[in-house]
Amino acid sequence: MGQITLDSVTKSFGDVQVIPPLDLTIEDGEFAVFVGPSGCGKSTLLRLIAGLEDTTSGAIHIDGADATDQPPAKRRLAMVFQSYALYPHMTVRKNIAFPMRMAKIDKAEQDRRIEQAAAALNLTDYLDRRPGQLSGGQRQRVAIGRAIVREPAAFLFDEPLSNLDAALRVGMRLEISELHKRLKTTMVYVTHDQVEAMTMADKIVVLRAGHIEQVGSPLDLYRAPRNLFVAGFIGSPKMNLIEGPAAAEHSAQTIGIRPEHIDVGETGGTWTGKVGVAEHLGSDTFFHIHETGLADMVTVRAPGEVNFSHGDTIHLTPRADQIHRFDAEGLRIP
Amino acid sequence: MATQHSRSAARLMMAPAVVLLLGWMLVPLTMTLYFSFKKYLPLRGGDLGWVGFENYTRFVTSSAFWPSVQATLVIVGGVLAITVVFGVLLAMLLDQPMWGQGIVRILVIAPFFVMPTVSALVWKNMFMDPVNGLFAHLWQAFGLTPVEWLSQASLGSIIMIVSWQWLPFATLILLTAIQSLDSEQLEAAEMDGAPPLARFGFIILPHLSRAITVVVLIQTIFLLSIFAEIFVTTQGSFGTRTLTYLIFQRVLESQNVGLGSAGGIYAVILANIVALFLMRIVGKNLDA
Repeated sequence: MGQITLDSVTKSFGDVQVIPPLDLTIEDGEFAVFVGPSGCGKSTLLRLIAGLEDTTSGAIHIDGADATDQPPAKRRLAMVFQSYALYPHMTVRKNIAFPMRMAKIDKAEQDRRIEQAAAALNLTDYLDRRPGQLSGGQRQRVAIGRAIVREPAAFLFDEPLSNLDAALRVGMRLEISELHKRLKTTMVYVTHDQVEAMTMADKIVVLRAGHIEQVGSPLDLYRAPRNLFVAGFIGSPKMNLIEGPAAAEHSAQTIGIRPEHIDVGETGGTWTGKVGVAEHLGSDTFFHIHETGLADMVTVRAPGEVNFSHGDTIHLTPRADQIHRFDAEGLRIP
Repeated sequence: MATQHSRSAARLMMAPAVVLLLGWMLVPLTMTLYFSFKKYLPLRGGDLGWVGFENYTRFVTSSAFWPSVQATLVIVGGVLAITVVFGVLLAMLLDQPMWGQGIVRILVIAPFFVMPTVSALVWKNMFMDPVNGLFAHLWQAFGLTPVEWLSQASLGSIIMIVSWQWLPFATLILLTAIQSLDSEQLEAAEMDGAPPLARFGFIILPHLSRAITVVVLIQTIFLLSIFAEIFVTTQGSFGTRTLTYLIFQRVLESQNVGLGSAGGIYAVILANIVALFLMRIVGKNLDA
């Protein structure tokens, strides 16, 4: 009941085309994440789906029905905004009740759904407070509560976690994932944070300048990035991209190797370099290695505690089966 | 302002201003009180001694008193209603992106810079004159008999003139308030299925409540004492004699300072009653 199809949708602001023709299908019950650098058009795309912006051309179908020219209210979608957009003069209860009040749902049913949502989101004690008296995480939950009670065909999230501190963000990420598992409703989520994308998504849509660079499950994107942009964007720390003779050996213009797929040793590696900054996280150690003759800097992720210090010579061995090859146009060579 | 030392220093430095303002308020008030208990007729014998509460009873039992209170309240209420309603509408209109926005905004604010006397004269002679006024010509163009505005609809005319002067003020304050409304809130309401009128009623109007309160309170202070508009148009006739105008007539036209001073004290009391009601009704909006 929540399939969203975009059919060669475009969007221009004046003469500037921010979304070139774009096709995308989000299946019912799927958790789709739009990810990309800022200004890539991911929020615009979400607003097009929501109906807050008009499409310049193309069609949007929700559940097979043409929704291109429907006003936002008719699309049965609920949106959670970055600023939460709670109504400051209404109590939490009234905030959550607002969409139901607009839909003229009877009072008893409203109360039932509010109690249910409040219980699910740990808001029962705060129902009579105003948004101004709540913490960031609680406000976020009220915004989600307001979305849930409408029982929408799909949820739209516009960078909902970017105003929260790091610890709270991890917690809310889990809560939203839990919610998706429980409700099994379609969710479309916009973020610039690839960690959020990797951890939450069933399907990631990587966008750059309005173009879809790749669509796939998180691990598909990790294992087989279709081009250099996706290769560099997905994965943390970033994939090392190496050009020149080392790439030519693999008959490619560029080769990519993820930091976690390089083994380090004191002797006998394929490449050698000097250790720059070493970041010890306990579980892992990140080395930034210079003077390899490959690239300005090669990042290596060694599991556990590995002791190399600044200026040491280090030997690197890439795992042959984990080398990604790209041609002159930046596309993956299978 | 944390330490004891900085607190007392702050008090010391504020003291001259506080003393000056206090004196500014207390001296005229004391003088008014003083004269209100005297029979004081500058052209007919000057100070004729203490008379107790006679001035007060005379002022309040005069047939002009209650009509003047009524006229005052009608003018204040009428102007407040018009400026707030049209102020909200104009503010929303000016908030829309449009060509020539800057110039339009300046034009809207312009009436506020016209002196009350001048604007009242302009209205009286150019618009409301039953022979040469623009309104008269307009009425005639439709084959109607021109209205003698200042005599037939005197109170309404005064309200119209004063509203015209104060509308820019209301619009300006409300426009800045509307601009501070987070557009995501309106979008959220739209997603929640609120039609335009509901968005106005549930989102925009509550957001404006504090600004409306400020407009109402500030305007009331000034409107209770409007004078020039009445002086240059009807001179207090045709039911436009406000309390302020009545006091003016008692002091200057009847040359009775004592009686006028008693009226001044009544005006203070009326202003306080109005203020009390206003704070009860709208004052809670000011609490954050």
